Amino acid sequence: MNRRPVALFTFLGLGYAFLYGPILSVIFYSFNENRLVTVWSGFSTKWYGELFRNERMIEAAITSLKIAAMSATGAVVLGTLAGYCLARMPSFWGRTLFAGLVSAPLVMPEVITGLASLLLFVGLEQMIGWPDGRGVDTITIAHITFTLSFVAVIVQARLKDMDQSIEEAAMDLGARPWQVFYLITLPLILPALVSGWLLAFTISLDDLVITSFVSGPGSTTLPMMIFSKVRLGVSPEINALATLIVGIVTTGILISGMLLLRQNREKERSAREAAGG
Amino acid sequence: MTPPGFLRRFMGRPTVIAIPYGWLGLFFLVPFLIVLTISLSTADTSLTPPFTPLIDWVDHKALQVVLNLGNYMFLFSDDLYVVAYLNSLKTAAISTFFCLLIGYPMAYAMARADKGIRPILLMMVILPFWTSFLIRIYAWMGILNNNGLLNNLLLWLGVISEPLPLMNTPTAVYIGIVYTYLPFMILPLYSTLEKMDLSLLEAAADLGCRPLRAFWLITLPLSLPGMIAGSMLVFIPVVGEFVVPELLGGPETLMIGNVLWAEFFSNRDWPLASAVAVAMLLLLVAPIMLLQRSQGGSPHARGGH
Repeated sequence: MNRRPVALFTFLGLGYAFLYGPILSVIFYSFNENRLVTVWSGFSTKWYGELFRNERMIEAAITSLKIAAMSATGAVVLGTLAGYCLARMPSFWGRTLFAGLVSAPLVMPEVITGLASLLLFVGLEQMIGWPDGRGVDTITIAHITFTLSFVAVIVQARLKDMDQSIEEAAMDLGARPWQVFYLITLPLILPALVSGWLLAFTISLDDLVITSFVSGPGSTTLPMMIFSKVRLGVSPEINALATLIVGIVTTGILISGMLLLRQNREKERSAREAAGG
Repeated sequence: MTPPGFLRRFMGRPTVIAIPYGWLGLFFLVPFLIVLTISLSTADTSLTPPFTPLIDWVDHKALQVVLNLGNYMFLFSDDLYVVAYLNSLKTAAISTFFCLLIGYPMAYAMARADKGIRPILLMMVILPFWTSFLIRIYAWMGILNNNGLLNNLLLWLGVISEPLPLMNTPTAVYIGIVYTYLPFMILPLYSTLEKMDLSLLEAAADLGCRPLRAFWLITLPLSLPGMIAGSMLVFIPVVGEFVVPELLGGPETLMIGNVLWAEFFSNRDWPLASAVAVAMLLLLVAPIMLLQRSQGGSPHARGGH
């Protein structure tokens, strides 16, 4: 369509303002010198300094980053396998159930998933003595379980887009299935794995509800800490912390976004070449 | 394909399937069965964990199974739970409606934008979705407060003479939910609208159909799968939402997620919390099936192009 309704694109602009305005306001006020968050009294970075002197906050951040890195790695391994099964194996025993299990965590209210995971850990502890109490291990397992779905969706989409004839050609030439997977499939879906890892990482880093259910003493994560502070109202330290988190996440997304964009361009170019040649 | 390769491929298959299947079975499916069983047990805070076992050996002779339906009866007898359920459904329905109202034109504009900038527009929608949920809600606390950004602005403009009480109201909860769940609505809508065959609209225009009528008769019905998927992606998790009503809501915005949380953490009544979870799941069966169907239909639609 060559007609561009101005109203429509104005609305789009307003929509983006709605999405970004609140985040920008937090970033803006994180540099406010005043303790009263919304009363501007001058530029200052003192809240960042205060943040770095808060040892409990730093400890919680380290715990969160550790859990997020382990969860994302586990989620990429299991999510890739799950996505591969769904994209490449049209039928196997209980496939419908499997597809349901992969997609359910995406929409399941977190209070339910959290409660269910906790009750499993408690039951297991009673039966086999593991896990011994709750902490970083149980949080990591719970996070892997619900983030692997996101990875599986990304990997499945990528595998469906991919030219399957390359895999078949390698197979015809005598490569073993795992060789095909390692030498052909894996390198081709690597950008999807990277963005899947980053997505799992940020979701794990951000999770409050499920974590609260399956955490134990000594495993307070950053969102748990933020939540307990935020409940009491707005505070300049939280503004500073929020700004740091937004900065880190944005960087991560931009990297993975550029990876996907480059991959799409390559795909288009090879499609053009194929069409031209 | 050589026969041995074919064989080997089949020998590897069960393992590849079994690993994620087993993981999800143990850590996702089994827990739900446990929730179901514990919802039938009796709370006893003197025990660890705080409920009586469902199955017990009496005097090491008889196997005793005690099913306690009391938790479910209690849910229906106490107004608190019924009101919280209805409130959750209402909040989810209203928020979904507003997400659709705002998300549809945005997705439409994105899908009709220049091909080159579409990925950037898309990334700009995904970016806030990846940014901390908690922080996005927190941002609204700073805006909606009595001495917050919005009230300060309106006071300064002279629109109001004293701060509007926005925090801890249903309005604040709707704003918070629409804000955080909007990307879930836009993404499926965008992907159906972007795939739409625009020649249909041209044909309609050639045959004398006005743009608005063409939109109503062609675009809207064709984007229905995206509308259903987006609506369910918002509706289902919002029914169990905890953080938004906890931070932005007040006593009148109690939702079922908050009730579950309170039963579990404050009252340590795990069986009742489980019963609340089971009842919530039953409520969500229909929307989840609707979502599965709308997603199951999309590969067909894609295959058509």
